[in-house]
Amino acid sequence: MEMLLSGNEALARGVFEYGGEFASAYPGTPSTEILQTIARYFKDDVYAEWAINEKVALEVAVGASYGGARSVAVMKHVGVNVAADPLMSLTYTGVGAGLILVSADDPSLHSSQNEQDNRYYGKFASIPVLEPSDSQEAKDFVKAAFEISEQFDTPVLLRVTTRISHSKGIVSLGERETVEHGGFERNITKYVMVPAHAAKRHKIVIDRLEALKEYAEKTDLNRIEWNGTDVGIVTGSISYQHVKEAMPEASVLKLGMGYPLPMKKIATFAAGVKNLFVVEELEPFYEEQIRAAGIEVEGKKYFSNWLELNVDRVRDGFIEAGLLDASVKSPNASAEPEDVLPRPPVLCSGCPHRGIMVAMKKLKLYTTGDIGCYTLGALPPLSQIDTCLCMGASIGHAFGITKAGKTEGKVVSLIGDSTFLHSGITSLASAVYNKATTTNIIVDNRITAMTGGQDNPGTSRTLMGEETHAVDLKAICRAVGVEHIREVDPYDLDETITALREETAREAPSVVITNRPCMLFPKKIKDAPYTVVLEKCIACGLCFGVGCPSISASDEKNEKGKPKAEIDPLTCTGCTICAQVCNSNAIVPLEQ
Amino acid sequence: MKNGITNVLIVGVGGQGVLLASEILTEVARVMGLDAKKSEVHGMSQRGGVVTSHVRFGKKVYSPLIPSGEADVILAFELAEGLRWVHELTEGGTFIVNDHRLVPPITATGLFSYPEDVMDRIRAHAPDAKLVEATDIAKGLGNPRLVNTILLGVMSRAIDLSEEKWLEVIERMAPKGTGELNKKAFLAGRSS
Repeated sequence: MEMLLSGNEALARGVFEYGGEFASAYPGTPSTEILQTIARYFKDDVYAEWAINEKVALEVAVGASYGGARSVAVMKHVGVNVAADPLMSLTYTGVGAGLILVSADDPSLHSSQNEQDNRYYGKFASIPVLEPSDSQEAKDFVKAAFEISEQFDTPVLLRVTTRISHSKGIVSLGERETVEHGGFERNITKYVMVPAHAAKRHKIVIDRLEALKEYAEKTDLNRIEWNGTDVGIVTGSISYQHVKEAMPEASVLKLGMGYPLPMKKIATFAAGVKNLFVVEELEPFYEEQIRAAGIEVEGKKYFSNWLELNVDRVRDGFIEAGLLDASVKSPNASAEPEDVLPRPPVLCSGCPHRGIMVAMKKLKLYTTGDIGCYTLGALPPLSQIDTCLCMGASIGHAFGITKAGKTEGKVVSLIGDSTFLHSGITSLASAVYNKATTTNIIVDNRITAMTGGQDNPGTSRTLMGEETHAVDLKAICRAVGVEHIREVDPYDLDETITALREETAREAPSVVITNRPCMLFPKKIKDAPYTVVLEKCIACGLCFGVGCPSISASDEKNEKGKPKAEIDPLTCTGCTICAQVCNSNAIVPLEQ
Repeated sequence: MKNGITNVLIVGVGGQGVLLASEILTEVARVMGLDAKKSEVHGMSQRGGVVTSHVRFGKKVYSPLIPSGEADVILAFELAEGLRWVHELTEGGTFIVNDHRLVPPITATGLFSYPEDVMDRIRAHAPDAKLVEATDIAKGLGNPRLVNTILLGVMSRAIDLSEEKWLEVIERMAPKGTGELNKKAFLAGRSS
């Protein structure tokens, strides 16, 4: 049977078909749908959970693997940074049952703070890296990864990218196969990484890598597709697809296993072609290793390490190298795109983050931000988020800027509930311990919203849909030593402004928690809409300043030709923030 | 059509249903026994941003992305989005746009304004661009939500896939209980 599946769906299907029993993840674009698919379709066979962060996701998956279950830990590329601590010693202990770490990288930063290339983690940890190039391989490589993991006693990094995760292709489906494994077996020298054991294990890792290099030479994950002898291209992942289309005459060495490299096979391939190229997205990962092995090759000179590749960029590189005629490109390829207004993403109508942004702006506070929908508050017209670095950084940033003592004005931190649980708690404890006086805002919308509405330890529901304990954020703040904790209604601007004014004036650490849920998840919220009374509207533009997608410029103008506002009743949720900033009382409930 | 591959670009704004429309098209190609791929980017684009979906089908499809200027068909659910992507159309390609404007909130800042003379500018690239009054047709059928299916019907005339398979897939993938209505909407678009 065949189905049209995204790379993420196919990967989930692979976990099911190839005997996976345990999956843990923290949501992050472009990886999120993998666990959602498992929980939706395969939960009778595969346990799936949201962990509090990626480090924990990997640790529990390691535990499950030690305990005899084929396991996967799933995260976006920057999540692997969070999980790097267990990863770098996990490579020493090896696994119990097969263990896969899925890293979903995001070339072109479609929804990320950087475009790091996680193939380096494979080299860093001396573990194999598999790189599927379409949905079918996303499924098939799960089988290969489990088998390599068990054969070589190693975790396997299965690395996909946004273009693999979110493209759909035809996948043939199979039945579930299971593999028998016993439970945890005590093996202290293998699993207890104290120096004496770890030193011995490191030698095992070095020998294992040699064995994996031999495997890389023989596996059909790496294959040569002989064609013309003028140009030979070493490629993998999505770049393989672009290469096959852009350079149909070239010979191709397709790497399904991106680390360790099959250097003998590459040398054979190089000897069979006149010009050897590497076409790979992001960093020169293959290229540098191939060149270091003494093989003459070109790559990044023609195919930049910036942003995603595509057929055009591959063609452009070979045209520049003088190996492809420019006429292959459509005459329209060089057409200038029309200058059309941008459509930046915005906080939703009625988003509870809007009120807190408006309040912070009113008080002229600096705001150290974090990772979540509220980062959109950095865009005009709000322009109220001043930093965004990584999960949990906001609290440390506000503390550091304040402690440095050189900044006029107050700095507050702003973090969401899921991000606070992910890695804000430790920052808050550390700040309080070091005598912080900062005010820290937790925008608690009771969901992990940016990635599409996932549950977290604060929502009282598990990924599998069961009721569970909800973490008490206030109790956590109290326990780490914050004495001043206030809950505010972010739809009440006066209350919110007063709370922030009072808390930022205090010479003690404080936490302000907003208490309105997300407008979209778990269910859409819509109250009666508001409207603009045009006779009262003076076109001052204050309501435009809250950046609500339901408010737009109407065709009515004031005497200076400035447009008055109008509100779309179909999308307005009646949050009233615009009505509260209006000085002319021109925004009122719409008479139904 | 290049190398036997048909390239269809469907564009619009987050929330308009671009992804379901492209899903249906890709599935029709698959049940016709063709190789088929589609690609789009989820994530921040869903918060009212620009959405594009690349659909490619034929004997063998490699890259999931349509090369620049090689879209055989562009279907735009919104006028300014049609203008934004019209340069991707291949020589002699088919351009279809719904007569619908979605003015983004950024215009309220006064920094940007919604483009004027959109159809004239589109026709400068695509002289035969077809403007569809899908909303009126949908109202005529008694349900404004049928706009996307009507547009798929209009587009289907430019693509060599069987009507029978279109109807079969629409029946299967339309929201529960709306199969018949959506098939009617498709045929209304196809014969408009």
